[in-house]
Amino acid sequence: MTLYARRRAANGIVMSLSLGATVVGLGWLVLVLGALLWNGFGSLSLAVFTEMTPPPGAQGGLLNPIIGSLMMSAVAVAIGTPIGILAGTYMAEYGRYSYLTSVVRFINDILLSAPSIVIGLFIYEVVVRPLGHFSGIAGSLALAVLVIPVVVRTTEDMLLTVPRELREAATALGLPRSHVIANVSYRAARAGIITGILLAIARISGETAPLLFTALNNQFFSTDMTAPLSSLPVVIFQFAMSPYPDWQKLAWAGALIITFAVLALSISARALAATRNTQ
Amino acid sequence: MSQRRLPVVDIAMGDAPAATSAPPDRSGVLVRLRLTNATFRGLTFGASITVLIILSGVIIALVEGSLPALRHFGFGFLVSERWNPVTENFGALAPIYGTLVTSIIAMVIAVPFGLLIAVFLTELCPPWLRRPIGIAIELLAGIPSIIYGIWGLFIFAPFLQRTLQPALIDLFGPIPVLSNLFAGPPYGIGILTAGLILAIMVLPFITSISRDVFDAVPPVLKEAAYGLGCTTWEVVRHVVIPFARVGVTGGVMLGLGRALGETMAVTFVIGNAHRISASVLAPGTTISASIANEFTEALGDLYTSSLVLLGLILFVITFIVLAIARYLLMRIERRIG
Amino acid sequence: MTSIDVSSSMRSTTPIVGSQAGTAGNLDEKVSVRGVDFYYGDNRALKSISVPLYDRRVTAFIGPSGCGKSTLLRILNRIYDLYPNQRAEGEVLLDGENILNPGQDLNLLRARVGMVFQKPTPFPMSIYENIAFGIRLYESLSKADLDGRVESALKRAALWNEVKDKLSQNGLSLSGGQQQRLCIARTVAVRPEVILLDEPCSALDPISTAKIEELIDELKSDYTIAIVTHNMQQAARVSDRTAFMYLGELVEFDTTSKMFTSPVDQRTQDYITGRFG
Repeated sequence: MTLYARRRAANGIVMSLSLGATVVGLGWLVLVLGALLWNGFGSLSLAVFTEMTPPPGAQGGLLNPIIGSLMMSAVAVAIGTPIGILAGTYMAEYGRYSYLTSVVRFINDILLSAPSIVIGLFIYEVVVRPLGHFSGIAGSLALAVLVIPVVVRTTEDMLLTVPRELREAATALGLPRSHVIANVSYRAARAGIITGILLAIARISGETAPLLFTALNNQFFSTDMTAPLSSLPVVIFQFAMSPYPDWQKLAWAGALIITFAVLALSISARALAATRNTQ
Repeated sequence: MSQRRLPVVDIAMGDAPAATSAPPDRSGVLVRLRLTNATFRGLTFGASITVLIILSGVIIALVEGSLPALRHFGFGFLVSERWNPVTENFGALAPIYGTLVTSIIAMVIAVPFGLLIAVFLTELCPPWLRRPIGIAIELLAGIPSIIYGIWGLFIFAPFLQRTLQPALIDLFGPIPVLSNLFAGPPYGIGILTAGLILAIMVLPFITSISRDVFDAVPPVLKEAAYGLGCTTWEVVRHVVIPFARVGVTGGVMLGLGRALGETMAVTFVIGNAHRISASVLAPGTTISASIANEFTEALGDLYTSSLVLLGLILFVITFIVLAIARYLLMRIERRIG
Repeated sequence: MTSIDVSSSMRSTTPIVGSQAGTAGNLDEKVSVRGVDFYYGDNRALKSISVPLYDRRVTAFIGPSGCGKSTLLRILNRIYDLYPNQRAEGEVLLDGENILNPGQDLNLLRARVGMVFQKPTPFPMSIYENIAFGIRLYESLSKADLDGRVESALKRAALWNEVKDKLSQNGLSLSGGQQQRLCIARTVAVRPEVILLDEPCSALDPISTAKIEELIDELKSDYTIAIVTHNMQQAARVSDRTAFMYLGELVEFDTTSKMFTSPVDQRTQDYITGRFG
């Protein structure tokens, strides 16, 4: 074989491998989604949204965990978003050139990818143990700790893309920095910041590990945030690991609901980011 | 100040009341503006300090919670394989082993796949197909791990039990060392299955970071290499990969950080057995799976504390891996500018 | 080219200030720059600049890029304070008070010394809001008064007729020239005393440029104006005084007619006749 032929052969092999890897990789992911759709739709019914979680062997739905998840996510976003936006604001505006900002950015990036189960342990130690019982509030706090780094990161990134000229022009009118930020920077970065919040909601809506020993679970209908609260991911975990076919079916239905919620959130986030780019 | 001239601004609107009045006395306004600004600045400063407080809080809470176990077992905790809730004798070796082995399996599979897919996306893929595949990969990275867990438990594990695992046992049975590695009945669930699920989970992360880093290679460099008559593979091998090495390593470390800390996808399929088996087909446990499975049922301070100590170990390991990842990615970001 | 550089480096750094510069009429110095140095980190970008801005006159700053003319302008409202490692030394007097004093209230200073930038920078809000929100910051006006102020500012910037029917549209929907006039209107609306124009026409087409120049001519009856431009014809058209800067130094300052007809310094002559820069 000539050198040239050998080089071409090597190229052909690697390129075929990369094509093969793409097909296999995407195929695998298609298998996951396919199984989810198949089993999920097979188990989905109106009762899933209107009835309580059943005892083993009985019919029922997922109403209480759905409500619990919505409540905890809402509280988590309400707590985490303002902190995240303000921290991101400090990093991109007041403290853009400060040493503190690079430290916070590094720590925030660590929190962003820290194992969520560790966050659950943290909240267990500082909230559940002192109070003596599990609660929806504890679950919300654990989720809020997951929201903050996502929002901090996107807020900082988006504010950094606001053109320098715009900030200078507003400053040159005699506006103090706070007004420059509120009237100009936030407006210019609004779509990006909302994108970040949507991604944060998507992130927490499927989180299970941090809820296992903060919110625990509750087989009855409850909206009491100071008591143990049911959530969709924890119920999926419990039901899927059980030996009862009825529970397993509900777990598939719950998994489908979560996946749809997450995909809808990420797609809207992307669409929003796209409108910003075309503006 | 005293001799400041009053600007005549509004001659075009001579009749407007504002036009004839002197410029406003701004001193009151200025005090208010300064106050607003200082308050807002304080709030943003406090929020960014909160981020630091959270991380310190995590460390302090974990250390404090694990003190009873640390006092009782000392550093022997790290090297003991025992895990007996009845006699309250705990050691972390089995979960640490399981965490490392599942993550290694995941990375051994996901890294080459991720890199090859990134090569496909940046060098081979027709432009119209790039965006859809890119978006699909990013959406898949956002799918919660519990979904992978439930799929692994009900679909993937039974499938492996019927196909891959018996095949592996037959294939490696006659070979001396490897027969131990693939010994035992095909349970379906176990270390190998958990590693494979983790591989599927981290694949999107590694792919999308590698693709971003590959994309950042200046086109001139690639064009120069093509201009010399290099094949696509040679351009990738000699231009793209050297340029992207640091960034890809950062991406791989980030994926490793996820794999190490991943809980739900693993908990479903690992089997939760506190023992170290030579065979990857045997059930095992990981740090996160042990905590998820046992924490709420743990009776007694020592049991709970041992689980918190496991959490602390996991946190330290992932912290180191993630810190390296961020450092490497920071370097590549600086270079790209 | 080379010979010019050699000769210029041997010349004394004292700027030539024309004898006519401050004598025509009863001119007050609205702003006096006195011995100002400016540093980007350790890099000294301006070397003891001294130059007056006369009340209700237009002063043009010309010179090749990198000569420090924009830097000088950015000192006059201390916009450089936004960035670390940038500092000015010396004195800049505004009505006799040194604005480089650490105690200077920057918001007040910037309300008194407005600035228009090279690239049009409409804020991401409606045309009306672009102008109103600067006013609202310092004054609490009734809706009618505010409307009046917005209208007068837009009229002042010769933009009213073009936008009066679409005040609620986004400022970004305007053309480049209109956007720049919107920025001028916005600056005028907060009633400054001095207006700084940093190459305001460099991103605009000739027709928009002509409109802005006309506007500058009208505005000078009320404001002290400083304009940085790389376009010498523009400096000749709009200004009363011209300062030529080169390599961070003020080379020559005189009435515009004198500068463009019989400059004293060789470098000024070379630049004006297009031999470098």
